[in-house]
Amino acid sequence: MSRFTPENEQLAREIVARYPRPKSATIPLCHLAQEQDGYLADDAMTHIAELVGVTPAEVLGTASFYEMFKRKPIGKYLITVCTNISCQLLGGEELLEHAERTLGISSGSTTDDGLFTLEDVECIAACTEAPACQVNYRYQHRVSHDDFDQLVDDLREGRRDEVPAHGTLARVRQQLGADRIANITPPEAQDQPVWITRHEREAQSSGTAAGGGS
Amino acid sequence: MTTTGAAPGTPLIVSSRFEVLDAHTLDGYKASGSYEGYAGLRAALARSPQQVLDEVKDATVLGRGGAGFPAGTKWGFCPPGVWPRYIVVNGDESEPGTYKDRVLMERDPHQLIEGCVIAAYAIGAAQVFLYVRGEMAHAQERIAAALNEAYDANLVGRNILGTDFSVDIVLHWGAGAYIVGEETALIESLEGNRGMPRLKPPFFPAAKGLYLKPTIVNNVETLSNLPWLMNNGATAFKEFGSDASPGTRLIALSGHVNRPGVYEIPQGTTTYRDLFYDDAYGAGIRDGHELKMFIPGGASAPWFFPEQVDIPLEGRVVGAAGSMVGSGAVVVMDETTDAVRACLRIVRFFARESCGKCTPCREGTSWEEMILRRILDGQGRPSDIDALLDVADNISPGPYPVAAHPEAGLEAVPFPPRQTTICPLGPSSVAPITSAIRRYRHEFEAKITKRESIPVMAAGAGG
Repeated sequence: MSRFTPENEQLAREIVARYPRPKSATIPLCHLAQEQDGYLADDAMTHIAELVGVTPAEVLGTASFYEMFKRKPIGKYLITVCTNISCQLLGGEELLEHAERTLGISSGSTTDDGLFTLEDVECIAACTEAPACQVNYRYQHRVSHDDFDQLVDDLREGRRDEVPAHGTLARVRQQLGADRIANITPPEAQDQPVWITRHEREAQSSGTAAGGGS
Repeated sequence: MTTTGAAPGTPLIVSSRFEVLDAHTLDGYKASGSYEGYAGLRAALARSPQQVLDEVKDATVLGRGGAGFPAGTKWGFCPPGVWPRYIVVNGDESEPGTYKDRVLMERDPHQLIEGCVIAAYAIGAAQVFLYVRGEMAHAQERIAAALNEAYDANLVGRNILGTDFSVDIVLHWGAGAYIVGEETALIESLEGNRGMPRLKPPFFPAAKGLYLKPTIVNNVETLSNLPWLMNNGATAFKEFGSDASPGTRLIALSGHVNRPGVYEIPQGTTTYRDLFYDDAYGAGIRDGHELKMFIPGGASAPWFFPEQVDIPLEGRVVGAAGSMVGSGAVVVMDETTDAVRACLRIVRFFARESCGKCTPCREGTSWEEMILRRILDGQGRPSDIDALLDVADNISPGPYPVAAHPEAGLEAVPFPPRQTTICPLGPSSVAPITSAIRRYRHEFEAKITKRESIPVMAAGAGG
């Protein structure tokens, strides 16, 4: 696995066109590949390299910096338990230990049935709702040990429709195709915006300052 | 649902729609205060870009990301006549304890989008890139949906509201790296690279930012203030807060308080005591426990202690007292907290998140973690406290900012710390170490010499 499907390739090209320089689309396309395959495959990185005009090694160089990109398949559900300070104060580390017992795996590994991967993570910005965890980046607030067991049961039985399989982040896409985009001029060719020019001209004719600090 | 909002009778600038269930839709946004929707944008478009810039300067809108630099002044740093200019919105909220930009993005995305468009108009931006933290799937969905609505309603995109002003907002997600919240690292990431900070100078973003063009990086909360400011004016804005820090701030109050939450407070006038004990905010330390220490502004901030509770949340005052208001993250720790364990957890965070570019940080934070780990595990050596301070001194030389300790006759060392690194991540790892050792050295010593058990944190989940 796997290059982009024809539909995803079309979407990838649309995403690339939003940026003044194609390489800026590297991370968004890595997310798209992970959404397609559940992880970031080598062939996908090769395809991304072709689309943004760099080498596959450069894509890997970027992707390997970021924790969310998984270069090997992981569980369908990635459970990430926060143990940073605000959660630690209210039992985050104990929740992680409980999760390890419940799932029968240590943090950083995947259950044999391929359903769950467990990680302990840094602050996920749910500090007032400690202890907190995420399943495929969907928040679970103030999680008791019983809540956690219920969550795992629900996921096993397919009762959590709000949680898509690993790799899918936002299920709403920004609609920003060529029909809609206002400005895709490369930085070299970009001149002073028309509204700034107009206000400068108006200010000159009326003798007052204008023009956004220009 | 997260407890949010302001105390009764106090102002609401950015949090006014937090409890409005459909405020994230354009209809909901229109119905709840913003007349016709995007009234602030209409007010801005009725003025010249320079007038909008002057209003923001006049209001002294301090950056809400952590550094507290005035937004209007930052905008003014764009070199004249150099085009294009870009705006990058920093929604990569990751500082431990910080939880406010996520609330703003999930519950009131139109307020943020409106703020982005106003800023783009004033600066003359060619494009706006809205960088949302990768782990925040819900915020990404809300913003994507809001942007689609705003484009449909001609509030973003070509010839906005029938004028000659056009700008795109491109939603961009991160992929899990704390350091990308640093503005030059954010720009590297947006260019498709590893998120490592750039050297300043020459890479001050306002002069050489995205694609080496002038770039303004503003925090989500900073921009979310703009619609209200355009509607109500700088004079009304300055009626809230103190002279040096006008307006309000969102504070995430977490840890051992009865009522943790995200609260909008008048900036500079509210004290930590108000925040911890007032029924409108924290409503006291949990279950009758006592305050042992607190983090006044995010994990990077040196700790405060009970002597400091009457300090107001104001940048200069907190800075002089040895810490920072930073990202508005206040973490309360009661007497059951093990200072060494809390210190290790924060240091471990910086060790994990070091990007590895600068040696003192890459090597130093790992050593700090290793030494603290063995102290906590009862394997500490008598020389370990000195070793810790020595490693710390290599990352941040000289006296490190710390709160006063009147009982011991020690004065405060003012913020900020010095650094041997490109960015403040490494020096931030020193904050919990010097704070904890200065005040609770006996806890470290007890673990090292007596192998003694120190109060252990309460186990079990919160209610």
